[in-house]
Amino acid sequence: MTLLSVENLSLAFRTRAGTVRALEGVTLDLAKGETLGIVGESGSGKSVLSFAIMGISDPAARIAGGAVRFEGLDLLTAPARDLDALRGAEMAMIFQNPRVALNPIRPVGKQIEDVLLRHAGLTRAEARVKAVEMLARVRIPDPERRAKAYPFEMSGGMCQRVMIALALACAPKLLIADEPTTGLDVTTQAAIMDLVGDLARESRMAVILITHDLGLAAERCDRIAVMHAGHVVEVAPTADLFTAPRHPYTRRLIATTPRPGVALADLEPIPGSLPDLRGDLPPCRYAARCERVDAACGAGPLPRLAVRPNHLVACARPL
Amino acid sequence: MPRTLRLILRRLLSALPSVAAVVVVTFVLTRALPGDPAAYFAGPAATPQAVEEVRKRLGLDRSLPEQFLSYLGELARGEMGTSLTTGQPVRDDILARLPASLELTLAGLLLAVTVAIPLGVAAATRPGSWIDHSARVVSTAGVSLPVFFTGLLLVYVFYYLLGWAPAPMGRLDLFATTPPTVTGFLLIDSLLAGEGATFRAAAAQLALPALTLGLFSVAPLARMTRASMLGVLSSDFVRTARASGLSRSTVLVTYALRNALLPVVTTLGMVFSFLLGANVLVEKVFSWPGIGSYAIEALVASDYAPVQGFILTMAVMYVGLNLLVDVLYGIIDPRVRIEA
Repeated sequence: MTLLSVENLSLAFRTRAGTVRALEGVTLDLAKGETLGIVGESGSGKSVLSFAIMGISDPAARIAGGAVRFEGLDLLTAPARDLDALRGAEMAMIFQNPRVALNPIRPVGKQIEDVLLRHAGLTRAEARVKAVEMLARVRIPDPERRAKAYPFEMSGGMCQRVMIALALACAPKLLIADEPTTGLDVTTQAAIMDLVGDLARESRMAVILITHDLGLAAERCDRIAVMHAGHVVEVAPTADLFTAPRHPYTRRLIATTPRPGVALADLEPIPGSLPDLRGDLPPCRYAARCERVDAACGAGPLPRLAVRPNHLVACARPL
Repeated sequence: MPRTLRLILRRLLSALPSVAAVVVVTFVLTRALPGDPAAYFAGPAATPQAVEEVRKRLGLDRSLPEQFLSYLGELARGEMGTSLTTGQPVRDDILARLPASLELTLAGLLLAVTVAIPLGVAAATRPGSWIDHSARVVSTAGVSLPVFFTGLLLVYVFYYLLGWAPAPMGRLDLFATTPPTVTGFLLIDSLLAGEGATFRAAAAQLALPALTLGLFSVAPLARMTRASMLGVLSSDFVRTARASGLSRSTVLVTYALRNALLPVVTTLGMVFSFLLGANVLVEKVFSWPGIGSYAIEALVASDYAPVQGFILTMAVMYVGLNLLVDVLYGIIDPRVRIEA
């Protein structure tokens, strides 16, 4: 049962230096209760995609085409009022840098109450009780007292727990986690990811996990989408992606990931860098960095092949 | 609230050296000014003996340290000397005139804040729009025009041409009855006394000078609000608030504006202190019986005591004002409370 589908989404930023075509022809879908990882280098468009799904893109962003459907509702054409009712209630998001993602001068409990008052139709007193309940659910010790604390009085890990409590307060069907563990120490990372996983399982919530950490995605996701320069280059179930990657970029990306038994010095960096997304770009944006490039890559539009029923690859010469 | 109290006490203590410095510097500066008060008060026809007589009576024949000590002694008794021009104790003069200046400044500031903050917010939420551009024009015009010019212009248009405003002749016209003094603020006193006619008369007199000061202070406040709001609106926590589907007004006021207010409060304090001084010109234009015009008249007459009293009063008010800004800061931003 499809919860969210992104169809052929293209998005560009108008800047003084030209139009940056940040997303092009992005197609993805997500089933209820599924966890999808989106991986790629910095600048590959992961966050831009998640902001576009949430409808909180930068004002300079222009949707050039495509559709984003959430339970059949096209989010790109729906009236603002409907979207506001959806955001925070049906779909929610947690961010990287939790310490700055929370209002610095409002007690954290109040921030959770704000969301509850907006969406859940509770009275102030009920919202206060529910906010403390949510803090307890994300395993914050002494939630009653912590509700009155300000973000600067809490650690980064605690702030991310608060963010999760805030995002899950209204039991959304979709949670987008944008690099939720970046900047947290390793033990805290694991605890936060366990928490997200547990809470998602309990309520059959779908999760989009955005990360540049392939290892993290491998551990936590049912399927993984690989992004490069605004394209989704490969989507596959996690095991298939790691055992039989079909896009040259995916294979390179896996080769750069540290794993037991391989010395750091032996990890191969990916040659070249992301192309400039302004101006004319070849059909395949990876062509300039690809060792398998030939004449076929520049001719005609970028093909999207279903090499297996649920394994898609955008490459003219897949592995 | 003991924490806030401790903060206030500490700030007051740390302000003592500045106040002491002001006492010394004003004393020395007034003595260094050109002009001989004894000659001035003895009159142009006085003989040298008469001038010496006056000098002796004023205590100006004594050495500077001696004069300074007796000045300090007066201050300790809460006295500021006697004005030679008015013949009144300086303290009484200042206490009588201070409310006029404060009422004018506060009215101007209130006017500025009610215009500047919404204007700055509107400009920040729609950068590049017509409202942003008109905010910029108003701001530039406001700071570019000197207050005495704006004041004269307003008098010319609203009194001379249109006849909407009363003559710029002080706080109340001759026919209105002065309400019994409670706060010294005519608007408040007339309301307390239930005299509607006096209230209207006082408000009419206050309108133009307050507008003059307001126009001048809109600029820095609106610009600071705009810049600060722009920064906050692009911050991560506003993005979180939007991603949570909070209403536009909650995002704008509870999340963005409250955070953006910190630098605005600082600016407000600076503008207020500046207005207290800029008042002098506006008080002259509108014949406002405030402490600014009092100090200027005394200065022209080389009347030391009122000048010293004026500067000391200003210094104390600056200290109080900065304290108020600090306390406001603590109320807005919990992080400040902890650090203090």
